[in-house]
Amino acid sequence: MPEIRVDGMAVNAAEGVTVAIALLSAGRNRFRTSLSGEPRAPLCGMGVCMECRVTVDGQPHALACQVVVREGMEVAT
Amino acid sequence: MIVVVGAGPAGIAAALAANECGRAVTVIDENPAPGGQIWRGDADQRWVVRFRNSGIPLLAGARVVWGDPVSRTLLLELPDGARQIEYETLVIATGSRERFLPFPGWTLPGVFGAGGLQALAKSGLPVQGKNIIVAGTGPLLLAVAAYLRGKGANIRLIAEQTPAASLWPFGWNLAKRPAKSLQGLRLAWDLAGVPYVPASWVVSANGEGRLQSVVLNRRGTVVTEECDYLAIGFGLQPSTELATLLVGPDTLVAATGDAELALLEGRAAGYRAAGNVPKAAAMDPDLRRARAFADELDKTFALRDELRHLADADTIVCRCEDVPLGRLEGKDSFRDAKLHTRCGMGPCQGRICGPALNFLFGWPDTSQRPPILPARIGTLLAEDQGLRE
Ligand SMILES: Cc1cc2nc3c(=O)[nH]c(=O)nc-3n(C[C@H](O)[C@H](O)[C@H](O)COP(=O)(O)OP(=O)(O)OC[C@H]3O[C@@H](n4cnc5c(N)ncnc54)[C@H](O)[C@@H]3O)c2cc1C
Ligand code: FES
Repeated sequence: MPEIRVDGMAVNAAEGVTVAIALLSAGRNRFRTSLSGEPRAPLCGMGVCMECRVTVDGQPHALACQVVVREGMEVAT
Repeated sequence: MIVVVGAGPAGIAAALAANECGRAVTVIDENPAPGGQIWRGDADQRWVVRFRNSGIPLLAGARVVWGDPVSRTLLLELPDGARQIEYETLVIATGSRERFLPFPGWTLPGVFGAGGLQALAKSGLPVQGKNIIVAGTGPLLLAVAAYLRGKGANIRLIAEQTPAASLWPFGWNLAKRPAKSLQGLRLAWDLAGVPYVPASWVVSANGEGRLQSVVLNRRGTVVTEECDYLAIGFGLQPSTELATLLVGPDTLVAATGDAELALLEGRAAGYRAAGNVPKAAAMDPDLRRARAFADELDKTFALRDELRHLADADTIVCRCEDVPLGRLEGKDSFRDAKLHTRCGMGPCQGRICGPALNFLFGWPDTSQRPPILPARIGTLLAEDQGLRE
């Protein structure tokens, strides 16, 4: 089971799942903050809505529903 | 070489048909595995197995971001950089995505597209014990509910906006198609005990920081139901960006409905791409039948007028730029709205709000510009150099 860090906190993810699944499984509801300050989370699950954007290993605007977790990955919401 | 974009049922069928005619084929899909929306992650599916065994090369994880029908070149974005690929004939089988409609609270975490939640569950999201409401319209709601239930979810109810009076005649027509009614019976079995409520729809989603309850119009009575997730589906929207960009004499498009129609459309497109007109023509009767069924579905599950009035002035319509419905007052086109409110100008490029505004106000979305998906700058620079060379 790969361990990733989400906003500095350790989260255990199932093997081979996407970042979106790792975060949702861990009960995380805020993937990004909208312009007016609302929490947003995955809507389409297929790379269309762009609501699941997070920062992965320093790279901003990564789609959590498309990126697969890797041991030691740093995710920032 | 024949290039097929999309490795869903339509793309797989097109590639196999062209291959059967002895032509060289390459398939491109942005996902790591073939199968498209319906068979993704199902490596044992009959067609997926046939495709794998055919030896047809699949460029997986490659997203087509641009193309030029004159030089017959596609620009691909891969995880490790950009790449160009040339084609003689192109088959576009990019499938469809879900249509969303705005209602108060639809931006809350926990509100998913019905197919979206299914896709997440298929790729490993645990839904065991989750209370889920499925709402919207069409047979996809049943497929999604049955799937989630099979994974241990507690489906509170399925709210279908279509009135019972329209569902019955459809049911009768279905009975005339043995394959379809078998599928229907199977679903009915899987969903035994789950309330399927016609003439019902979501009025609002509510909660602090995440979805906690949903207000429904349940056949004229307003009720509140608690739940963890809401799965909404208002039908599918074909992904036409690439087809619009690459119209040319050697571009074929495999339109889609359900997987059965997608397989037929794809196969016919594959034969035509390979220049085998008789084989393509021989498929006409089957295609006509499948298309008639798709039309019947569209008619039966046409969206009701009430859904146009769910959003209030404060309801966000454009989720990327947080534009509420109230700010669109007085705007007379999508272009007007874009210029004055940035509605549809965010990273999703109007893919979510465009179809919604089309339904709400009848605005056609005529503003697609390449690149069709947000591409990394490096990819576009590669294209620039390619043009200069
Ligand atoms: C979210 C969702 C869930 C669905 N669930 C079901 C279901 O459970 N049962 C059912 O019968 N039908 C379902 N459908 C309907 C489904 O569209 C059809 O059943 C069938 O999958 C259509 O096949 P297709 O090959 O035309 O399209 P798809 O299966 O959508 O395949 C298109 C492929 O093209 C790829 N693609 C698109 N654009 C690009 C690009 N620019 N570059 C590279 N690749 C690209 C996509 O990644 C995808 O793999 C669902 C649809 C959606 C949108
Ligand atoms: S959930 Fe829509 S893009 Fe990731």
